[in-house]
Amino acid sequence: MIKIEVDMTKCQHYGQCVFEAPNIFRLNSDDKLEYTAEADDSERANVEAAVDVCPMQAIRIVE
Amino acid sequence: MQHPVIIVGASMGGLRTAESLRRFGYLGPITVIGEEIHSPYNRPPLSKEVLATEVSHQAVAFEQRPATADVNWILGTKAISLDTEHNTVTDSNGEVHQYSALVIATGLRSKRVNFRNGELANRFALRTLDDAIALREQFTEGKNVVIIGGGFIGCEVAATAVKLGCNVTVIHNAAHPMLRPLGEELASEMQKRHQAMGVRFLLKRSAEDLVGASHVEGVLLDDGKTIDCDVLVEAVGSLPNVEWLSNNNINRNDGVLVDSAMRVIRKDETVISNVFAIGDVARFVNSIFDLVPRRVEHWNIPTETAKRAGSVIAAMLNKTENYPAILDEPFKPVPSFWTDQYDNHILAFGLLGLADKISLVAGDVQGECVFEYHRGDQLVGVCGIGMRSIVQSYRTKFI
Repeated sequence: MIKIEVDMTKCQHYGQCVFEAPNIFRLNSDDKLEYTAEADDSERANVEAAVDVCPMQAIRIVE
Repeated sequence: MQHPVIIVGASMGGLRTAESLRRFGYLGPITVIGEEIHSPYNRPPLSKEVLATEVSHQAVAFEQRPATADVNWILGTKAISLDTEHNTVTDSNGEVHQYSALVIATGLRSKRVNFRNGELANRFALRTLDDAIALREQFTEGKNVVIIGGGFIGCEVAATAVKLGCNVTVIHNAAHPMLRPLGEELASEMQKRHQAMGVRFLLKRSAEDLVGASHVEGVLLDDGKTIDCDVLVEAVGSLPNVEWLSNNNINRNDGVLVDSAMRVIRKDETVISNVFAIGDVARFVNSIFDLVPRRVEHWNIPTETAKRAGSVIAAMLNKTENYPAILDEPFKPVPSFWTDQYDNHILAFGLLGLADKISLVAGDVQGECVFEYHRGDQLVGVCGIGMRSIVQSYRTKFI
């Protein structure tokens, strides 16, 4: 399992992460980011890609 | 002894290349040579958060991953020449570094305006963290801030300076700020929103010269008028850092021309198989749009090109069987950018500047809205103020 943290004080809801890890991140009907805080190890590469593309660098994988 | 992969440029693109090399299984030595003294940091906040508040390098630095903990960082050091025949880079300390593969990630520097009376204090540009920190100290209440250039950076700086209580004037050579990328309707709307916050625009105007003895006191315009100026910000675009690549027969016409594997192309159109260029400095074909090689100064491009270069270099140096197949993989990253000015969150995909027809497809230009950008029948971009879910839904149309 991997744990995912998004610093919501930094997040500006650009949703770039949604494309990299669509099983984890989504924009809700108010255009705000929602995410699943725990995921299977098989999602690690996608979540790492999401970390890379976050304009605000708000996403972390907690080891 | 195994020579390292040398990455020249310690910015986001350099860091992402090192990470990508590890991710694709290259376990050998990596050296990064960077001119700035800072470890890689995120630039977008520089025109926004860093300018609006006191922010340190720590706050914008990229988190370093365990996989790249053994990378050799040579910071505060500039690469001054390259020899692709002997596979060496010479740095500003006179040291010669031998490489197995080289990645050119030297990016851009700010263009500056050439004035007759130009040797004055209080002239600023904005590209690096040190630029932002220096400018931050200047933005105090009541200061007359003049910004030359009404592109995205100029407009972001204007928004931040106005919020800090400065009197802000933007001198721009077109009819509206951000006109070229955004198009008439959206650009004129954004102009109104800036004006409502107190920004003054001098449009279809240029700065002729500066007034002042030791520091900037005024800006002389091309209509003969002079405006007061305490702080001058030059936001007139950027230049690729390619001078150090001379004498290698590399095509350096507007950046470094590369193939779809990010390998550098010589003037005689042959490929240098172990020299790569990534990020803002790389000029490449993106077949989503056409077959014209372009430099793309969008934030996601360093990461996308770094991943591509990393996968190719790892396969090449590890001598994996699928190296030829990896070279042949298509490379078609969707350009993506955003800008925040006041409460206006602008998000775009594609290359808006290619469009010859721009049409409103959702919302209302005075509120939140989405525009489609077409060149002939081809969708080349989408851009919205707010309405992110709709803008987002377009991204897959480019893939």
